[in-house]
Amino acid sequence: MTVDSSPVKFTPALPGQPVPEIRTISGDRPVFRAELPDRRIVWLVTGYENVRQMLVDQRFSRALAVAPGQARPGFEMFAAGSINGMDPPEHTRLRKLVASAFTARRVEALRPRVASIVSELIDAMLGRPQPADLVAGFSLPLPAQVICEMLGVPAEDTEQFHAWSDTIVGDWQRDSDEIMTALVELYGYFGALIEAKRARPADDLMSALIAARDDADRLSEQELTVMCCTLLIGGHETTANQINLSLLLLLDHPDQVATLRADPESIPGAVEELLRCSRLGGLAPARVTTEDVQIGGVTIPAGEQVIPLFGTANRDPSVFADPDRFDVTRDAAGHLSFGAGVHHCLGAQLARVELQEAFRGLIGRLPGLRLAVPASELEFKPGMAIHSLRELPVLWGEP
Amino acid sequence: MSRWKISVDKNVCIGSAMCVAIALDRFVLDERQRSGPAEAEIDPDELVRDAAASCPSEAISLVDADTRQPADPD
Repeated sequence: MTVDSSPVKFTPALPGQPVPEIRTISGDRPVFRAELPDRRIVWLVTGYENVRQMLVDQRFSRALAVAPGQARPGFEMFAAGSINGMDPPEHTRLRKLVASAFTARRVEALRPRVASIVSELIDAMLGRPQPADLVAGFSLPLPAQVICEMLGVPAEDTEQFHAWSDTIVGDWQRDSDEIMTALVELYGYFGALIEAKRARPADDLMSALIAARDDADRLSEQELTVMCCTLLIGGHETTANQINLSLLLLLDHPDQVATLRADPESIPGAVEELLRCSRLGGLAPARVTTEDVQIGGVTIPAGEQVIPLFGTANRDPSVFADPDRFDVTRDAAGHLSFGAGVHHCLGAQLARVELQEAFRGLIGRLPGLRLAVPASELEFKPGMAIHSLRELPVLWGEP
Repeated sequence: MSRWKISVDKNVCIGSAMCVAIALDRFVLDERQRSGPAEAEIDPDELVRDAAASCPSEAISLVDADTRQPADPD
């Protein structure tokens, strides 16, 4: 099939906005060229099978997408040096160093600790006047505390590195000098922390990575620093906002909250449905074709930017019946919210445990949990990487 | 050189497709996106070892086909 059509104008839906009917935009083509608001011409890939095919096919390269001259300020500049912006075999070499710390088995062993952090945070919320800001009091400190403990980073520094992370991944419209400054400061912070750890190793992931560098030369000093930053940033902003967006979805469906309260065993299944239905991210990171690739009935030429639309995969009616219906009792396994292939979210199993314990705690201990302001007044941070809420004021108990 | 025997525990597999992406042609996904070996016995292949080491659910086991001992992990 030849490529002759002009690109379709495509603006990703903002949080709270209805998702555009992709089929209508694309003229019913599953894979099509589009012009993004930032003027980039890209190929968009829709539908479960096509998105999945693209994610496991190494001819769609992340490394080319963040190559010098291609990477845009912000997240992609950061990604360029991290596993997120690499292809095998470099990607495999580095990811293997951390993969074992994030396996289902290892993460399951952290569950009691996660549950106790949840419990402490809820205790603190109960001890303060309502309304409470769930972002500052719960959804952000939970994953931040967990990843800090895993890495061996002082949790007191959370606020500081959250500010850096916000600058780097949050807002792509931001001045690129500001982003560079934040990156340099974050690298400097970890550089100093690595030196301190090197002198006094502990039983944590950062010490293990330092040993992999010093004893076995399996990664460079720069790779070590960037890996620590990646784990820290990847470990909290995403999970925090997945908690927020999931809660918003649940609060819209009080009958389903009642189901979960009556049967906490159904929470893990519900978490999968929450992952399937909520729109955590804006546009996914682009890949670039290494050669001509056939997908969805078209041939994408070599060297083109390609972006998968995850929402269309998670709401593909051929895989999820009545896909727009939110139903905590459905089998939502197989959703692609953690991606697939070599870049399948490293923290997926950890995020699952955190989300399960978070909702066990929130639903079990804060009956009557509800928004303290109309949903329309909730403010999202600008940026395309992650739909982040600034605040989430909530009340609980008898109205 | 002895051969390797690959097996994948489908009850543990979470369908990340990590193995398929790393070692194309060595693994296949079923209709539920659960992985299995394309061929149960293979000549040693570092990519398969990488796939096993990268699996997020540790679902892939790799043993020496003769001795049944683990094909030494990375």
